[in-house]
Order: sequence, then structure tokens, then C-alpha cells
Amino acid sequence: KEDRTGRCMDKSITLPPDEIFRNLENAKMFAIDIGGSLTKLAYYSTVQHKVAKVRSFDHSAKVNGDLLYEISVQEEITARLHFIKFENAYIETCLDFIKDHLVNTETKVIKATGGGAYKFKDLVEKKLKLKVDKEDEMTCLIKGCNFVLKNIPHEAFVYAKHADSEFRFQNTHPDIFPYLLINIGSGVSIVKVEAEDKFERIGGSSIGGGTFWGLGALLTKTKRFDELLQLASKGQHTNVDMLVKDIYGGAYGSLGLTGNLIASSFGKSATTDKEFSKEDMAKSLLHMISNDIGQLACLYAKLHNLTRVYFGGFFIRGHPVTMHTITYSINFFTKGEVQALFLRHEGYLGAIGAFLKGAEEDNPNQYSWEENYAGSSGLMSASPELNPVQRARSGTFDMLEMDRLDRQLVNLPLLQDPTSYIPDTVDLTEDALAREYWLYCFEEALDGVVKRAIASQKDQPEAVERAEKFRQKYRHKVQTLRHQPFAYGSLTVRSLLDTREHCLNEFNFPDPYSKIKQKENDMALKYYLKVVKSVEELSWEQRQFTLVKGLLAGNVFDWGAKAVSDVLESDPDFGFEQAKQQLQERPWLVDAYNQWIERLKGPPHKCALFFVDNSGIDIILGVFPFIRELLVRGTEVVLASNSGPALNDVTNSELQILTERIAAMDPVIHAALKEDRLALVQNGSSSPCLDLSRLDKVLATAVRERGTDLVIIEGMGRAIHTNYYAMLSCESLKLAVIKNSWLAERLGGKIFSVVFKYEVPSKA
Amino acid sequence: MNRTDNLIGSLRFQWTGEEHSLSFLVKDIMEVNGFHCDGEGCAEEQEEEPTALRLPRSKTETSCSIIATPGADSAAAGGSALREQRVSKSTPAMLRLDSLKKNRPPFPWFGMDIGGTLVKLVYFEPKDITAEEEQEEVDSLKSIRRFLTSHTAYGKTGIRDVHLELSDLTLWGRKGNLHFIRFPTHELPAFLQMGRDKHFSSLHTTLCATGGGAFKYEDGFRTMANLQLLKLDELECLIKGVLYIDSVVSSGPPECYYFEHPTDPERCEQKAYNLENPYPLLLVNIGSGVSILAVYSKDSYKRVTGTSLGGGTFLGLCCLLTGCSTFEEALAMATEGESTRVDKLVKDIYGGDYERFGLPGWAVASSFGSMMCKEKRDSVSKEDLARATLVTITNNIGSITRMCALNENIERVVFVGNFLRVNTLSMKLLAYALDYWSKGQLKALFLRHEGYFGAVGALLELPNPS
Repeated sequence: KEDRTGRCMDKSITLPPDEIFRNLENAKMFAIDIGGSLTKLAYYSTVQHKVAKVRSFDHSAKVNGDLLYEISVQEEITARLHFIKFENAYIETCLDFIKDHLVNTETKVIKATGGGAYKFKDLVEKKLKLKVDKEDEMTCLIKGCNFVLKNIPHEAFVYAKHADSEFRFQNTHPDIFPYLLINIGSGVSIVKVEAEDKFERIGGSSIGGGTFWGLGALLTKTKRFDELLQLASKGQHTNVDMLVKDIYGGAYGSLGLTGNLIASSFGKSATTDKEFSKEDMAKSLLHMISNDIGQLACLYAKLHNLTRVYFGGFFIRGHPVTMHTITYSINFFTKGEVQALFLRHEGYLGAIGAFLKGAEEDNPNQYSWEENYAGSSGLMSASPELNPVQRARSGTFDMLEMDRLDRQLVNLPLLQDPTSYIPDTVDLTEDALAREYWLYCFEEALDGVVKRAIASQKDQPEAVERAEKFRQKYRHKVQTLRHQPFAYGSLTVRSLLDTREHCLNEFNFPDPYSKIKQKENDMALKYYLKVVKSVEELSWEQRQFTLVKGLLAGNVFDWGAKAVSDVLESDPDFGFEQAKQQLQERPWLVDAYNQWIERLKGPPHKCALFFVDNSGIDIILGVFPFIRELLVRGTEVVLASNSGPALNDVTNSELQILTERIAAMDPVIHAALKEDRLALVQNGSSSPCLDLSRLDKVLATAVRERGTDLVIIEGMGRAIHTNYYAMLSCESLKLAVIKNSWLAERLGGKIFSVVFKYEVPSKA
Repeated sequence: MNRTDNLIGSLRFQWTGEEHSLSFLVKDIMEVNGFHCDGEGCAEEQEEEPTALRLPRSKTETSCSIIATPGADSAAAGGSALREQRVSKSTPAMLRLDSLKKNRPPFPWFGMDIGGTLVKLVYFEPKDITAEEEQEEVDSLKSIRRFLTSHTAYGKTGIRDVHLELSDLTLWGRKGNLHFIRFPTHELPAFLQMGRDKHFSSLHTTLCATGGGAFKYEDGFRTMANLQLLKLDELECLIKGVLYIDSVVSSGPPECYYFEHPTDPERCEQKAYNLENPYPLLLVNIGSGVSILAVYSKDSYKRVTGTSLGGGTFLGLCCLLTGCSTFEEALAMATEGESTRVDKLVKDIYGGDYERFGLPGWAVASSFGSMMCKEKRDSVSKEDLARATLVTITNNIGSITRMCALNENIERVVFVGNFLRVNTLSMKLLAYALDYWSKGQLKALFLRHEGYFGAVGALLELPNPS
């Protein structure tokens, strides 16, 4: 033991177990990727969640009089992948910890990859009593890369050092293949990936991270890689490199040459007369290596006709200095035709891949996965102004969690151009003003959310404590995002909302609005027939307008909007008619109502897909009368609702019950259901917003099979914060009431302004 | 003078390029020395050379350090004499006029390529001078001719590559010898000084020059030596030079050669290659940096790419890593060293071949990769470091070249440039790398006058003074 004093010291470090190795009790299937300095551990675990279930009462029994359905909180088990990254120094401590907390697992094998897998094999086997099964590094890397590209929407980014936001996240292309992965470890591997299991190492170079490190250590007597990068970031390469202008003098301009180009790396150091500073040499070396790699990458990309080029490996790993030089080089050599792409979870690729290799029989690739914002560390800031010590400390344990979704997610087939579709209307990473406002807004609203969460579980005294933990977690996230808006990809109102949902779930507040929704649904149902009847009495023109107005008024009832929730909290009698009065008079902020009416005078649509929003008045008194009219016109209707709860949005299971009840009252709905002209599908999401590139596969199939030619998107979250600019290949209606004065002002209106956007794709 | 000095000292004079073992090198040196001592400036050379080696670049008093100075005074005198002559008799002027009438540029015939590291100078020495011409030849011209052709080294750093000399060449109707001379670019001011001292400008000749330095030093030529440069495009000159030299070399060692069996050290040997129908051709010029050109015909070419990792990088890094100061020193060290102690090989990582991707165990996985580890840093020699630098730079050039060849769909690759001078190590590596990684598809060709084509191309522009 004495010979391992270094490691023994590390043992004294106590790990905050709740924070780091979460859900270890149920862990099975381990994988480990041991690199030169960092270890990445992966395991699969199950998480027990509380979920709110709704169940229709047996109405024949007539016990429960008023209530429409019952809500029960049940335990649900979901699958989650955990990835933890830590410095190799902690490896023994971590293995001990895992051993102590691993309750019972049938697991016998741990998949291992990375250069250190061999070195630490015995230690891992001894500590965990698991057999180490080595997997090919490159195979793991590619598998991991495919996985993150497919499942994490803002995985890839381009790096722009001098831009307002350093990180520009890319939309995931619906087909991630083919691509080039340039892995810059000690050497460079260039791999062409054509399909999930089809890839080829098409080339490489021996001039890589090891060259920077090794040669850098020789030249500057600096031992650590990070320190070398630090040196480089302070140096002037022009003192060491021979530039074009050094050879051509001042005349390069007239020859169309760029004087600052390096003609010969280290060309000025061919002398014994002069001393060169460490910083300058490190910088020159960095340029030399980055340019060389960039050049080769471009040559390979050109030869294989590939434009998507991802860079990874320890040379890159979030280092702004190398990301910048590589970006510069690629830009130079391809004249801007190819962009260097980097990955948020680049460091995890090997571990993810090794894990997937081990889990092949469960075929994790048949599922869709989602990053759990609550349990993932996010991308660390790499800005040079943040001091490196701080960065190292916060980066000591980095985590990524991926939740398995019940459903496979795909693109909406009606997207005009899936490759350029961006769900979010405003990128808060780039829009500093909007970012400030929304972060403030979400922080302000936190008290209310906490209160609501506690209220939803009055029967559980410890809910107060949990709610407090939720508050801390979410506040911390918001604060992190203030400094590192790029932590989870582009920061958007959607990501802020989703993060809040994830955090609520994390602390077992699966559906804080379940009771409110129940009450409101119940109430609204009572008025359904009245509303339908009053509409039926109107003339055609009047009826259409009333239906649209009803739809809009219904949309006022949104607990997600603070302005509304304040009203609803203080005035429980605030009703449908009052909401109608709040609405802006025509002309609306965005007003395509006349075009819509003209269209309605024409032939009926074949099938309308309606993305619904809130429970209660919105769905029952707004949406149903509206779609009822469509059904009567002969248009089929598909109602798409959330798979899981988010705020007071109506969930699919709630909607099932509501529809049944409405059908029982209304023969039109009844017939439509029976004849399958009205269908209810889930959208695959639990978000108050809508990402049309990640929708339930069943929905996509229904849309295709029914020949959908109209898409209606309702509500601020789905039609304003997201999809406002979404281009569809069929007619679309986006409507919402702006229930936030800041946003209304930004759009040039006032609170309760109406957006009624009707679009017909140009026939090109 | 120790053995290394001797070796290095002689390496800069001559290299036959035919044999490569070290033992032969030493033998070769003797021959060279023997040959070299026949020259007139021999005694002075032998005195100066060791000094230069012991005190590399330690002094700045060299008003004329490139060019040995015998006759500097007389040249100056001759210059003034010339002026008088011209005024009084005007015979030389008539002669020069005569030369022009025949559409032939007046002597002296020079071509110059001023690179980042070296200045390359080619000089056509007419051997068919008639007695009358001889008599009429102005003194300054004569002095230049005598001076250049009677020495093999000029000062401490100027070298005439005697083994490259092309004799009995017919150029623009004149018969003569083409001489190949080089000196470091940082000595150019001294060269200009000499030009002034020798009243070069009085000859009213055009000086054709290419390379970046033609632009950088244009003012210097004008102000210091009163010379007007005809600046020429580097790449065009290079291509013209290659095509010309290859076409005029008919006897003696072949201009273009390749290595047969490059992947088998036992059987690897140099073979002549006929470059008669060379297109398309990838021309890789390795000077301080590297330029890669695709040549499709005599006057159709494009620059494909280039890299800053070239000869300058090799020398620059070697100087920093080993404390050496000349290319020859760096090369000599590289010859002695072992790069596998510096680099991380595939087998160092995978224990053998990386079969999944068909990577042989001996392939370099990471250049200087072993130097990440302190113990290994402490155990390598300067020679190992020099060798690793050479191998790294060379392999990288090979790799980029191969990719360009694939992208441009060209199978013939000609490597030129002074990085390859006396650098059989790199040539064989390039031959090997191209053959191995292309599975025999690509052929690496080399040219004996490796670094001088730009200068030759510049010379060929002499009759076109536009």
C-alpha cells in the first residue's frame, strides 16, 4: 500500500454520492472508457418515478358524482443511462464506491475501451469483480457519435471565437450519415461513417495531440497539456514562423497573396543567435499542428465528397484554443465550404459506444433517448477569462444522463425542409436581451411553481422539502445558464421550460397541475353543449368568426403564463366570456383571418392535424367546437396532445377521457370517433413547446396515411416560442394569444394580442 | 578539425547522390576534397571554412561574406576602366548591340531564385568565346565569369554545386556550361554589396529573378546595386526549369530517377526515369515551405495546395531541439538518430498491428508521441530528435502529396526543392510512403538539380524582357 501513497491520498476525497453516481442501486451493464487523463464510466439503470395517471370513473356506478376522472399517483420505472467523467486520479475511489453501492446485479462483465483500459484492467477486475471485456476504441467512438447525433438535438456546434456566442449549435440533420469524424488523440484518425455499422478509417496522421504535447514539452519544458495550451494562447507565432510577408516583403498584396500566411512553420527559428519565448513556440506549434490536421481533413473530405466533418479527441475536448485554430484551418483550406463541427458530449463518445456494444441485445438504438437536463452537467464554459483552476474543479465530475423514451421520435413528414427546420423562434444564446429577460422571468416565476408543486401533494408532508430541493436545483440551473447559456445547446424558452419539467420530475412532482386540470376540465365540460348550441345558431360567417374567437379565448387559460395564472389565482370565476373580452379586437397583431375565411369557402381539407395546448376551457370550449365544424365540413381531424404532463397542457390520456365524455354528449363527435374521422394521437413529448423534428412515429404515420393537408398549431409555447417560422409543405394555421407583455411588446403589440397566422406554401 | 566538421564541410561541396551509406560518404568526402583542392581558391577556402564552422555566424564584419574576395579590388578597378572604355571606344556596346540583334540577350546570363532560406543562382558560362570577343569583353564581365567559374565556394556560405554543372550546353546559339550556385538568403545584402563593388550595373543587363525575395529585395537591388530586376512568377519558373533541364540532360547521370523496390531496403535502388511525356504531373517543391502543383501541359498548371511544414520547419525545429545551426548538421544528426525512440508507433499502443484498420505495427501513430513522457524525454539523444523531426516532416509531405495525387487523379509525382539536397533519407522515405500507402499506384520521382529549377526558369526568361 505504501507504494501507492498518491492513490491513498485520493481515497480521502469523499464523493458526494447522491450527486455523482446516481441510481447505482439498480445499475446494470457497465462500461468504462479510460483515456490518458480522464475516465468515463457508463451504466444503465432504472429510475422509479412517480407519475400521475388519470382513469375514467366507472360511470355506471355513479359513485363519484361530479368528477370526471380520478387521478392516481403511480410508480413508473423508466430507463436511464448514466455517464460520469472524472480524472483518472479518482479511479480507485470511484471503483470502491461503486462496489459498495452496487446492490445486486447479474452483471458479470464490464465493457472497456480507451488507451488506459489495458493499464487499469487488473484494478477494475479486482475492485468490481467484473470481467473486463475490451472493445475496439474506434468502433466505440463511432457508435457513441451516432448515438449522440441521433438523440441530442443540439449536439453539434461550430465554434466562433469572436462572435457574441462562441458556440453555434447546429440542427441535427434528419439523416446523420454520411459524415467524417476526425479524432485527434495522440495521433489523428480520419473515419468515414456511412451508416450505423458501416464505417472505415480512411486515413490519419501521426501529427496530432501527442505531437503538440511531446514536441511542446521538449521545446518549452512544460509538462502538462493544458499548460501548453495556456502558453500557446499567450504567444505570438509570427516571431517563430516564416510568413509569406517575411519572404515577399511588402509586395505580397499586389500578388494576391495574404502576407500573414505561414510559409514555413518554425522557419525563423533556424538560427542559434536568437532565443524564442515558450509562448511563441507553443503558439507556432499549435498553428502548425492545427493547420496540418485541418488540411488533411479537407483533403479527405474532398476526396470522399463529405461536408459534415466532426472533430473530437483530447486535442479538441472543449479547448477554445484548439477549436479556434482547427476552425480557422478548415475555413481556410475549404474557402468556407466546410465547417468544422464539434460535439457537446465528445468526451463521452467512447464510453457511450462501449456501453452500447455491451447492450446490443437490448438494442438501445431502437429507442429514442433524451438528455435529462436535471442530471446532466452541460457544457462547461471554456472561455479564457474564466480561470482554469475554477474550470478544472467544476469539471472534476461531469455527468450526462439520457432518459429512454417510450416512443420512437421522428420528423413531422410535412416539414418543408427538415434539414433547415429550427423549432425555436429565438435563440437566447445569441440574443442577450431576450436571454436576460427570460432568465429573470423564469427565476421570478419559481416561487409560484414551488407553491403549486407543494399544493399538488398536500397529503405528503415531505413534499415541502422536495419542493425546496427542486427550487435550489432549478435556480442553480438558471444561474448556470446565465453564465453559460450554451450549456445544453442553444438556450431557448423551450429549453428553460423543459429543464423546469425535468427538475420537477427529478423531485417527484410529476404533474403539479393535475388537480387544476381535472377541475377545469370538469367545469368546461358542463358548458360544452351550450357553447356548441350557441354557435350552431349563427350564420356561416358569424359562426366561423365565433369559433376562431373561441379558440383564441380558450387559449387565454394558460397557467404557464404568469399574467394569466395571477388572474386565475385571484379570480376563480374568470370565465370564457371574460377571456373573450380580453382579446385584442381585429385587426390582430398578425391577422390572416380573411384569407382563412376565403379558404374555408373552398373545398374542405382532407385532414387537419391539430396540436392542442391547454386543458379545460381551451381544449373543451375552444378546440372541440372548432374541430367539430371541420368534421362537419368533411375534414378528418387528428388531435395531437402531449404524451406526458407539462404545466396545464392536456395530456393524451386526459384527452382520451374528455373526448369520450364529449362524444357521449355530442353525436357529431361520437360519429366521427366511431368512423375514425377523429383520431387522438400523442406527440411523443412532455414539453409545453413543440419540436416538429422529434414527434411520435405513430403520429407521423397517421399524418402520412390520412393525407394531412392542414396543420394547426395552437398556443404560445407551440406556435410562438417554437414553430413561428416553421415552414410546412401544406397549409398551416398558427394561432396564439400573447400572454406576456414583454414578448407582446417585442412583437409590436400589447398583452393579449392575437396572432392568427395562416400560411399556404408557395407552389414552387 | 574533427571528423564531423570534415563531413559537414565537405557535404556542402558535393554529393553525387548515387551512394548513401555513411562509409561511402566518408570516402566521397576524400574525393571531393581532392577535387576541391584543385581549385584556385583552395588555400583560402581551407583556412576559412573551419573558422566558419567553429564560429557559426558569429561575426557581422563580413562586408562580403558570401563571395570570397580575391580580386575585389581589381574588379572595382575594372569597373572604372569599363566606363572609360565605353566612352572612348564603345566597342563593347556595339558587341552587345550585336548580341541583341541576334535576338540574344547580352552577357552575363543569370537566373536567380530568392527563397525564404536560400538564394539559388544559375550562371551560363559561354565557352565558345572567340578571341575577338575575349578581347572585347569588358573587364567586369570577365571578372565575374572568372570569379564564378574558378571557385567552388564563395565565402563561408556560398557554394557552387560542381556536380550539377551542365557542360556543353547550347543556349540561344551559344555553347557553354551552366553553373549552379547557392547561398543563404540572409547573405543577400552582402551579395548586393558585391554587385555594387563589381559594378555589375554597368553591364546594363537584366537580372531575372523569381522567388519571394525578388519582390522583397527589389528595392535593395535597385538602391544598393543599381540593378533592375525582372521579377518572375515562382511557379511558372519552376515548371519551365524542370522541363528545360530534363530536356537538355542527355549524358551523364540521369536527371530524373526513382527508387525501385522502395519498400524493400535490401533491394531498393535508384533507377533512371524517362520524363519525356510527363503529363499530368504533380510537382512538389519542398523549400522552406512546400508548394504542390498539378501540371497538365507545358503551359497549363495550377497550384493545388501547399504546407508550411517544409524544409524550414525541419531546420527550425532541429535548431531549437538540438542546438545545431545548419541544414547539413541537422541532416548528419538525423542520419545517426533513431526516430522510434521519439515517436509513438502503432505497436507501442496496440502491441502489434492495428488489424481492424490495417495499420502495421511499425507505422507512426503519434510523431513525438513518446515525448509526452518525462522519462523518455530524458533518454533521447539529439540525433534521435533530429531524425524524428526529419521523418515527421517528410512523412507529412508524403501524406499530403498522396491525398493531392488522389484528388487530382495524377499518378506521377516529382519532388524537387532543396530540402531533398543530400537528403536521401527523405527521398527514400517519400518513395516508400507513396508506394506503400497507395499500394504501388503512385510513383515518387526525383530530379538531380532539385533546388535549382526556379532559377533556371528565371534564366530562360532573359530574352523576354517585358
